[in-house]
Amino acid sequence: MISIDAADAPLPTALAEIRDEFLELEQRDRLTLLLEFANELPDLPERYQDHPDLLERVLECQSPVYMFVELDDEDIVHLHVTAPRESPTTRGFASILAQGLAGLTPEQVLAVPDDYPNTIGLTAAVSPLRLRGMSALLGRTKRQVKEKMSA
Amino acid sequence: MTVEVDAHEKFSAYAHPERLVSTEWLQANLGNPNICVVESDEDVLLYETGHIPGAVKIDWHTDLNDPVQRDFINGEAFSALLGSKGISRDTTVIIYGDKNNWWAAYALWIFTLFGHEDVRLLDGGRAKWEAEGREYTTEASKTIPVDYPVIERDDTTVRAFKEDVLDHFGKPLIDVRSPEEFSGLRTTAPAYPEEGTLRAGHIPTAQSVPWGKAAAEDGTFRTLEELNALYRDGAGLRDGDDIIAYCRIGERSAHSWFVLTHLLGFENVRNYDGSWTEWGSAVRVPIVTGSEPGEVSSQK
Repeated sequence: MISIDAADAPLPTALAEIRDEFLELEQRDRLTLLLEFANELPDLPERYQDHPDLLERVLECQSPVYMFVELDDEDIVHLHVTAPRESPTTRGFASILAQGLAGLTPEQVLAVPDDYPNTIGLTAAVSPLRLRGMSALLGRTKRQVKEKMSA
Repeated sequence: MTVEVDAHEKFSAYAHPERLVSTEWLQANLGNPNICVVESDEDVLLYETGHIPGAVKIDWHTDLNDPVQRDFINGEAFSALLGSKGISRDTTVIIYGDKNNWWAAYALWIFTLFGHEDVRLLDGGRAKWEAEGREYTTEASKTIPVDYPVIERDDTTVRAFKEDVLDHFGKPLIDVRSPEEFSGLRTTAPAYPEEGTLRAGHIPTAQSVPWGKAAAEDGTFRTLEELNALYRDGAGLRDGDDIIAYCRIGERSAHSWFVLTHLLGFENVRNYDGSWTEWGSAVRVPIVTGSEPGEVSSQK
């Protein structure tokens, strides 16, 4: 459910730029761009590599995907995701969100429209079913942000 | 057939050894102009990260399914698709993919609906090719478009619809989903997205044989002996049986259809592609929960 406030909030700049970047391309080239995002997904920061307990499994993704949301001292959200090399699509989705949400406050993250994954022009190239993995990742990110805000 | 059959010893025990090729055989036959290698994966981007040299990509969702109606593409779209990939009606098509050839088998089954005669699977798929350190390339495969005839899809021989299943009670049904889906604990495979099916459980009388049991650790098909133990001894299938297999949307059961038809030699096997996403949401069709096959209760 999107509250009226959230629906009215402008899309954060990075997410808007990523969306426009995809929409400017032909269908075929959108897959190439998604692959570029997949290759850009950073490894998990070293301080988390020995802490599998902190990671949450994204059950909706069709491969072992783990994520973790961090709120730093400046109250900025950091999304960390790990996904296997054999799952480039999932890595691409994770990378889009990690880059698109970078530098946002918890409130800004919560205001991102839930249907963002369906607005970036990948429905035909990737299929709606596969895009659900990205929606799930966004949903879990928001839930963890809420938990961390109230903690 | 213009392209020789892989005489691999393991395959010779199967009913139709000509439906499989080994990685060694494929390596030796790359570049044969009568062969087209097709990659079909669950992950839509995997092909782009690197594929067998010369292979073309066919995606189950964006290429083989009709974008509007819940059905497969029609003869015209299939003709356009295959022609654009450089596949003629008499081309030998070798399909491989990720996840134990899950989607590769699905693509092969759809090729069968259109009566493409010589279509084979690479035993072990992507995982085996990769484990053996064989070459991948990101170079775009050069394809010369050809004419592929417009063939009407045959939906009567290897495909079953909901009505066919309702008429089928009394004959073997194989549910190839996970035990959790079979018993009704959940409506999707563990770790897979929820597709909005309303009820959980299985079609009454169905035997549970999860599809992945037909694959060994390295992704290759299990030996004939092991498959017989699974389907004949375990699920009670007998020669001459008329069998319908189903899963959630018909992809995992396409893999089992391949095993039953081409490896075990059952001649009347159909894949119910409507599967649980249709049955589990249909009004007034019988459903059983729990780990036993159960019986068809009398209709009200």
